[in-house]
Amino acid sequence: MSDSAVDADEVRHVADLARVDLDEEEVERFADQFAGILEHFEALEEVPDVAAEPELVNVMRPDDVEESLDQEEALENAPETEDGFFKGPKVS
Amino acid sequence: MGAHNAFITEASIEGASEGALDGRTVAVKDNISTEGVATTCGSDMLADYVPPYDATVVSRLKDAGATIVGKANMDEFGMGTTTETSAFGATTNPADDERVPGGSSGGSAAAVAAGEADLALGSDTGGSVRCPAAFCGVVGIKPTYGLVSRYGLVAYANSLEQIGPLANSVEDAAALLDVIAGPDEHDATTHDAGADSDYAGAANGDVDGLTIGVPTELVEGADEDVKATFEDALDAYRDAGAEVESVSLPSVEYGVAAYYVIAMSEASSNLARFDGVRYGESGGFEGNWNESFAETRAENLGDEVKRRILLGTYALSAGYHDKYYKQAQEARAWVRQDFEEAFESVDVLASPTMPVLPPKLGESVEDPLQMYLMDANTVPVNLANLPAISVPAGDVDGLPVGLQLVGPKFGEERIIDAAALLG
Repeated sequence: MSDSAVDADEVRHVADLARVDLDEEEVERFADQFAGILEHFEALEEVPDVAAEPELVNVMRPDDVEESLDQEEALENAPETEDGFFKGPKVS
Repeated sequence: MGAHNAFITEASIEGASEGALDGRTVAVKDNISTEGVATTCGSDMLADYVPPYDATVVSRLKDAGATIVGKANMDEFGMGTTTETSAFGATTNPADDERVPGGSSGGSAAAVAAGEADLALGSDTGGSVRCPAAFCGVVGIKPTYGLVSRYGLVAYANSLEQIGPLANSVEDAAALLDVIAGPDEHDATTHDAGADSDYAGAANGDVDGLTIGVPTELVEGADEDVKATFEDALDAYRDAGAEVESVSLPSVEYGVAAYYVIAMSEASSNLARFDGVRYGESGGFEGNWNESFAETRAENLGDEVKRRILLGTYALSAGYHDKYYKQAQEARAWVRQDFEEAFESVDVLASPTMPVLPPKLGESVEDPLQMYLMDANTVPVNLANLPAISVPAGDVDGLPVGLQLVGPKFGEERIIDAAALLG
């Protein structure tokens, strides 16, 4: 695993994981920019360990049925629906 | 659409017939949901999205009698420092039309500065209320994390962002904060602080005996003109009886890197919901779900948003998680500890809000790392979940300079009181 340089294949791989299609020009440009940005992020390796316990509190409420959007409202912004459901492309 | 492209959608949403904001007009950043009115987040992806419900802050504006006059322009999904990444075109700075208004709440700040709204709401993930407030010469407050409900705010980086007010005076900004602050059953991260607040009443400029700490790390990197304006403002505080001393926050040197790693990681997860099926522009039904999803995101998301989703996915991916994300969380804990220690000896911390004057349009978007570095003074506050205010400190050849005051957790009254000396 190289330390800083991001090559075009790596950008393509991450874009695939993130489900964002990129054209060749974008792949080249991002590979260039990511090298500089990731180099800056590498300064984080110098950060010391800090033993700080975050104050975490569970916030609970009874699991009651409350008023919410109805089915029609929930589907209002879907590009395609069918019989009260979201309609999407095939899964695989 | 107004001279500065401050609004994406102009509207006239009337509130209750009376209340604390009766007769006041408010611009609402376009990532805050308004029932029946388009909420685009400055993105082609949500160009046609009309929320079926109001964000809690919008309900509270209506209950307080405010009139919402429009949805303010913004960097796409809040990602930017200049309001140039909006899919609906850049907003310009009312102080100088050739310059950016700052981001990502640039439309909100420009609307107030140009007199197109009395007040505005923005959201601040790494400085997005304070930066445009500083560049446009208005007041902006980033509240303590948990003071204001995020219900109905389209998420970018949940652990960092807060909705905050912008106005022409500290007292007006504080009055708007009084309306929106307080617990909300729809947001489990909200807190009882702010339930019966009187922040507007605290805006007195009473700084006699106040100790102001100036973190050397947040002044060193600033432009000379900005530094000089900041020093003049500190003299005004000394003249009014405050004590000014230098402090050191060594952790903030890592703030920008830690902020962007955390924000991009959270963004890569939050923006996965825009798949063109539940909402968002559809990529059509060619191919399978993954192909259709990747296509709609390629077509409808801008450069900066893609850049952050990809970098966030990278920082969380196998082999890099410990190197970037885990170390960023360590840095965040360190920043929090540094601030806590500083507040043992000083009441508030002061710095220039932005280390530079507002750049010209087009100057900064080509080099993302340079743009990220402009956020050096604002991001530590979000990492530590603290309150901060930006107040006009003066100008350099007509270009506004902002002074940032940072307070301890839920110390809004203290920073509002101190800021009122200047505005």
